[in-house]
Amino acid sequence: MRPLRRAALAALLLAFSASVQGQGQGQGQGHPERLSGFEFMSPATQALQRDDAQNPAFLWVKDGRQRFEAACARCHTPASLRGVAARYPAWDDALAKPLTLSARINACQVRYVPAAAFAPESDGLLALEAFVAHQSRGLPIASPTAPQADPRLAPAVQRGERLYRQRVGQLDFSCAQCHDQNAGRRLGGSTIPQGHPTGYPLYRLEWQGLGSLQRRLRHCMSGVRAEPYAFASDEWTALELYLMQRAAGMPLETPAVRP
Amino acid sequence: MNVATLRAILTAPARARVGDVVEIRALAQHPMETGYRRSAEGELLPRELLRRVECRFDGELVLAAELHAAVSANPYLAFHLRLPRSGTLTVRWVGDAGVAHSESVRIQAT
Repeated sequence: MRPLRRAALAALLLAFSASVQGQGQGQGQGHPERLSGFEFMSPATQALQRDDAQNPAFLWVKDGRQRFEAACARCHTPASLRGVAARYPAWDDALAKPLTLSARINACQVRYVPAAAFAPESDGLLALEAFVAHQSRGLPIASPTAPQADPRLAPAVQRGERLYRQRVGQLDFSCAQCHDQNAGRRLGGSTIPQGHPTGYPLYRLEWQGLGSLQRRLRHCMSGVRAEPYAFASDEWTALELYLMQRAAGMPLETPAVRP
Repeated sequence: MNVATLRAILTAPARARVGDVVEIRALAQHPMETGYRRSAEGELLPRELLRRVECRFDGELVLAAELHAAVSANPYLAFHLRLPRSGTLTVRWVGDAGVAHSESVRIQAT
């Protein structure tokens, strides 16, 4: 019995140290290596994103260019929009609150085009957002709490971090439990990514279409059996601000492909 | 959904040598609804497929494909062509509900 018990103890110790190592691989904030969701994908899906002629998201970018030339080109040029997506959500003086890029595009649509606002997640809004964000591909995400950033964003970033760490839903999970503590491990058949929003709006194979970061976050919330916040509510903007701070410095990939 | 045209992207090299094998890539935005699925209310969703893709080089048919229900949404086709001379390559997608769309690209022989 005694050698057997010793072997069992050794196995237990091994399993324990392995699980501790596994936790060490959860590279959230503060860990040296932050990885885009791209790094967790299969080589076939990575190839789809690398090649613009294959990436189906470029169908929306093409549509966005046409819409941009019809409605936005009076004031903006594509070159003037380079870098814009890297520093959104940004403060809006008229509404006195931070707005996401899609909310800003919609505000522009109502104020200056002028035309009726797009519905949330509508094709036209996604196409314009994809076109605008694509102009910033390769640029590093700007931190909303950097010294040169708007100081009025700070309270929303803090609120976003609270929401990120808040346990929600019947399963009682917070974002941090998966994407900080267990990133890189598997949930069912898929690898849990670190949750850096580097490529939105992106083409998700599961959706067979383009979707926004809000759509992705809504799926996460219904996944833990929580009621998602209303579309375009301030909670999403706060969460997005915190996620951008968390991903600050990582290059934008828009339009990305994800499984 | 009753769309007469599609959004599509046709990619081919702008210039190549005569006799070179060039890659032609055609991506179209389409739901490719099989006709076998039901909506959340139990209604059968009507079939809406792209049925045929044709590629012509200066009017001469170089590739034709019949698409069926197992093809994924937003179908992507890639194929190779030996370039005979300078010319215009046209890809035409035809599908259910009166969908028809063409994209063209000029290939310059050097």
